[in-house]
Amino acid sequence: MDANNKANGQACTGKQKRQGGELLVAAIKNGTVIDHIPSVKLFQVIRLLKLDDVKSAIMVGYNLKSQKMGHKSIIKIEDKFFTDEELNLLSVVAPNVSLCIIKDYEVVEKKRVALPADIKGIVKCANPKCISNNEPMATRFHAVDDINGTLCCHYCGKEQSLENVKLVGH
Amino acid sequence: MKHSLVSIANLDKEKINYLLSMAEEFEQHPNRKLLDGRVVATLFFEPSTRTRLSFETAANRLGARVIGFTDPKVTSSSKGETLKDTIMMVSNYADVIVMRHFLEGAALYASEVSPVPVVNAGDGANQHPSQTMLDLYSIYKTQGKLDGLHITLVGDLKYGRTVHSLIMAMRHFNPTFHFIAPRELAMPEEYKIYCREHGINFEENEEFDEDVIAQADILYMTRVQRERFTDLMEYERVKDVYILKRQMLAKAKDNLRILHPLPRVNEIAYDVDEDPHAYYFQQAQNGLYAREAIICDCLGITLDEVKADKTILG
Repeated sequence: MDANNKANGQACTGKQKRQGGELLVAAIKNGTVIDHIPSVKLFQVIRLLKLDDVKSAIMVGYNLKSQKMGHKSIIKIEDKFFTDEELNLLSVVAPNVSLCIIKDYEVVEKKRVALPADIKGIVKCANPKCISNNEPMATRFHAVDDINGTLCCHYCGKEQSLENVKLVGH
Repeated sequence: MKHSLVSIANLDKEKINYLLSMAEEFEQHPNRKLLDGRVVATLFFEPSTRTRLSFETAANRLGARVIGFTDPKVTSSSKGETLKDTIMMVSNYADVIVMRHFLEGAALYASEVSPVPVVNAGDGANQHPSQTMLDLYSIYKTQGKLDGLHITLVGDLKYGRTVHSLIMAMRHFNPTFHFIAPRELAMPEEYKIYCREHGINFEENEEFDEDVIAQADILYMTRVQRERFTDLMEYERVKDVYILKRQMLAKAKDNLRILHPLPRVNEIAYDVDEDPHAYYFQQAQNGLYAREAIICDCLGITLDEVKADKTILG
């Protein structure tokens, strides 16, 4: 078992138990837990959810051991509840994250993210000759295959796989 | 209703037939005062003399006035002005904007920000709908129909924007395509998938000879360019294979017509010009009628209004 599972941690196992060892990431009373983030995607997740603008406490666990994933990262955000729209942006970089809504130390809701049909201003087009890479404008993509994760640029029509996605501004 | 024309891919069969009917009206009477008092802007962010002359002639023959630029070096886009700002500025002056751009998706973006209709006159490797309309009009005019034709596409099928758009536009008309190309320039998988998804029959071949031509109603030639090859040995091997010579037309059907988007370099031998199957210069002329129709349609002028038009010049 992962040490950080115990308190509103991995896969949000409901009732929180401490089993041997300390929690690597402290439990939160109210807020949102985002678990099973591939470690390489952690900073993209932080950016997508604009966590640098959040004023409440945020606990981040980076490169934690995970049975399921080898290594993973986890973020716990105190007193912050996101809209589905905000959370669904995560599907672009980390489609398999587990989301838990915590109230009074208990998991009250679990969520999965879903790829939005229309993605604006997030993903950078891989085509250097696309207008969206050459004009100060919001990029826009349509999900053409939400199982394999394929996006199609609204402007130039080029398709790209979610695995290789780069975000705007990077 | 006023609207932009960005791509041929989303036009339905009815709309394509409607535009062809309008082009037919303009072929009968190309000179009119239908657009008297209107201003058409032609913004060419990359030079394309043929397309620009065709659009400007279409506007002029309908009585519109034309403003614009033929080379972005002389405009403020060379000073770093955004496309949006250029479009917003020009839309203050013109009733419709005809735009050629070197970036893909530029026409769609321009149509989203522009208060006046935008006609895409080619955006990078992406779309060139007026070329496709004139191709369709040429096919319709020479064959008397669009349905059930054998269309042979020859040459650079990998980068050839015109052949890709033609496949998409023909999907409504039950065609059989024959793709003839060297391996390096073969039809990309995505368009073959497109054909399968839309029930379009096709065959692929590397050989180009009189037996292949014998089956065709339309022979659509494109240029095999040296710079497209990564392997120049391969280029040397195939460069003369995809050249149409007059004797290759010996078994051709009477109704066969040879199309080419122009400019031609050497992929059609000059003696083919004298052959009754040659149609590429008339094809370019058809571009005038197709573009007259496109400009009017985008300005919200209907086919009925064109038919009832009393401004025809003698």
